Amino acid sequence: MPKMLQLPLRSRQQWASIALQAALVVVIGGLAYGAFINAADNLAKAHIASGFRFWDNTAGFDISQTLIGYSPSTSTFGRAFWVGLLNTLLVASLGIVLATALGFTVGIARLSRNWLVARLAGGYVELIRNVPLLLQILFWYNAVLKSLPDLHSSISISGGAFLNNRGLFLPRPEFADKFDYVAAALVFGIVATLAVRIWARRRQERTGQPPRTLSFAFGLIVVLPLLVFFAAGAPLSFSFPDMGRFNIRGGTEILPEFAALLVALTIYTAAFIAEVVRAGILAVSQGQTEAAQALGLRSGSTLRLVVVPQAMRVIVPPLTSQYLNLIKNSSLAVAIGYPDLVQVFAGSVLNITGQAVEVIAITMAVYLFLSLVTSLLMNLYGRTVGIVER
Amino acid sequence: MVAADRIYLREAPAKLLPAPVASTGVVGWVRANLFSSPGNIALTVICAALIVWIVPPLLRFFFFDAVWSGADREACLPSAQNPEPGACWAFIRAWSSYFTYGFYPLGERWRVDLFFFLLAFGIAWLAWLGAPRRDIGAIYFFIVLPILSYVLLSGVPIIGLPDVPTSLWGGILVTIVVATVGIVASLPLGILLALGRRSEMPAVRLFSVTFIEFVRGVPLITVLFMASVMLPLFVPDRLAPDKLVRALIGVALFASAYMAEVVRGGLLSIPRGQYEAAQALALPYWRMMALVILPQALRVTLPNIVNTFIGLFKDTTLVFIVGIFDFLRTIEAARGDPHWATPITSVTGYAFAAVFYFVCCYGMSRYSRNVEARLARAHRR
Repeated sequence: MPKMLQLPLRSRQQWASIALQAALVVVIGGLAYGAFINAADNLAKAHIASGFRFWDNTAGFDISQTLIGYSPSTSTFGRAFWVGLLNTLLVASLGIVLATALGFTVGIARLSRNWLVARLAGGYVELIRNVPLLLQILFWYNAVLKSLPDLHSSISISGGAFLNNRGLFLPRPEFADKFDYVAAALVFGIVATLAVRIWARRRQERTGQPPRTLSFAFGLIVVLPLLVFFAAGAPLSFSFPDMGRFNIRGGTEILPEFAALLVALTIYTAAFIAEVVRAGILAVSQGQTEAAQALGLRSGSTLRLVVVPQAMRVIVPPLTSQYLNLIKNSSLAVAIGYPDLVQVFAGSVLNITGQAVEVIAITMAVYLFLSLVTSLLMNLYGRTVGIVER
Repeated sequence: MVAADRIYLREAPAKLLPAPVASTGVVGWVRANLFSSPGNIALTVICAALIVWIVPPLLRFFFFDAVWSGADREACLPSAQNPEPGACWAFIRAWSSYFTYGFYPLGERWRVDLFFFLLAFGIAWLAWLGAPRRDIGAIYFFIVLPILSYVLLSGVPIIGLPDVPTSLWGGILVTIVVATVGIVASLPLGILLALGRRSEMPAVRLFSVTFIEFVRGVPLITVLFMASVMLPLFVPDRLAPDKLVRALIGVALFASAYMAEVVRGGLLSIPRGQYEAAQALALPYWRMMALVILPQALRVTLPNIVNTFIGLFKDTTLVFIVGIFDFLRTIEAARGDPHWATPITSVTGYAFAAVFYFVCCYGMSRYSRNVEARLARAHRR
């Protein structure tokens, strides 16, 4: 009796693997094809156009906060997209800066030797991390900012600002032409300070003299622009908000939607950043601190020169993911009507055009792109703080 | 010259003196932890001032001046005996059944209660690490419970449970359903995706990586929008799932991408020798995974899994935005009720919601920390 043909084990596995992959491709392809056919069918039935021609059509809806020129009657959907994207970027970048500052402070405070400080910081972190962000946004918006007094009983703040439930009205700086000189002086000051710092660091490496650049920095960044400012005849004026009967004219307005979103994002993300920072500092072994103290470094220098540089190595990757979370979480703006990308584009534009597939695809692509760019920048930064191992 | 009768050598040990009062006990602790340096004293004073400034008003608002009972807004408005009323708990009491069940029909609410009980039972079985037969517990939680819950909540008219359309569901019920579906679906899907990402088959790996990275790169809102706006386009009209199911699909897909990364972290922590040992025993792939690798990987990463659940539980609030009446949305709806319109109704509603979410999430995080400590102990042994 002939032996039954048996494939070698290896090749049987390979066949199974190929079959499985083929099945996966067929299933996904089939689903995609079915989705495509159904979508085309459903869209045709609902008389919804497809493609990206809507981009150049007139939008026709108003947006409450625009960083670039926009008018509902003439601007296009494409313009609305950019307005929304810029609003997202504005709140996300401000949020990242503020949350980093607050988060590092709280994270270091949690490790403070002062019991009360450590406990307060710990309580803050636990409370904020365990309450949903959306709830916090709604709280700041509806319970805090919307319960401020109305227009007629606005709180006036010294310096010509008003605060009411429609927002914070601030004087708007108006720059004369000669202000360009001041700006140039400021830029020069910053560049020169950086140059001085590099020079001082080189000198320290050569001679061991510690850099003393603080007074240089102050002179170059603060005093020099101020001198230029007065020499140019103070080319700056303010347009003050003016209380009218029905609204406030002039000045610049900070929307309560923007403020609520920014405050909530900052406070929420800072709690997570604080944990990241704490873990990073704890990851630096105690021996490093002891060695630094044995060399006679003060506690401030120990922290700045020994602990933080090593902690940053550990901190940067999770910090990046917190930044990414903040950018993605800024899309919760839609709940309170801050005109960010999701609210303007995936909300208003989608409702008007009905082109769900295109609009959602663009929105997702933008967030993917933002995530990618942020990761890239943070990886570059991570490389500069990374310690080169022997 | 030293005189002979002077002896500078001590013959008996010195008597032990107690440590200075200032360095032991309460005083010592306070000095070391609160007043060790001028900077520390300043910090302590600032913090104490902060606490005095914040805590008493909060206590007054939430407890002492709070209104605990009443029929309508009159009770929560300033009155002669309570000129500055605090939180309006009467409002929460009046709406509490709406917050729990939404518009679920009154006569059928026992079904929701039974569902809560069955769920609590399953969670307790799985969460208690020393419970008997946790494998049966897992089968109960991941297979039996979903079917039972569907039968109970949605209803099967043939066996005498009338249909309850999901549009009537609301409140804590919906929050729990969304969270549970997310958890029950995301764990198996996440494991599959994590295995797929480490697979040697290029098509499987490509699909897993693309899915995971794509979903993790976009906000949950856009996934929910996609599920609620695009999903109905992608299927024939008669198959279009209802609103809640669409959101559930979105949440489940979203959560499984995050779960996949957590599981992958666990898989990475398993030493190569374990795989090699399993292969040396000629275990086929799935048995190797099920019997050797996954039990270890999941145990190591259990704290991270629970942390993902915490995130998921908080994220369930986002279904609010696609128009589903979860707990937060019922609070939003109720706080607009003109019968209870007072300046403090909103704050009360949000405070109540915050307490609910805090208790659930903090409980989960304590649990995950306990497991972590237990694992660390087991590891050291």
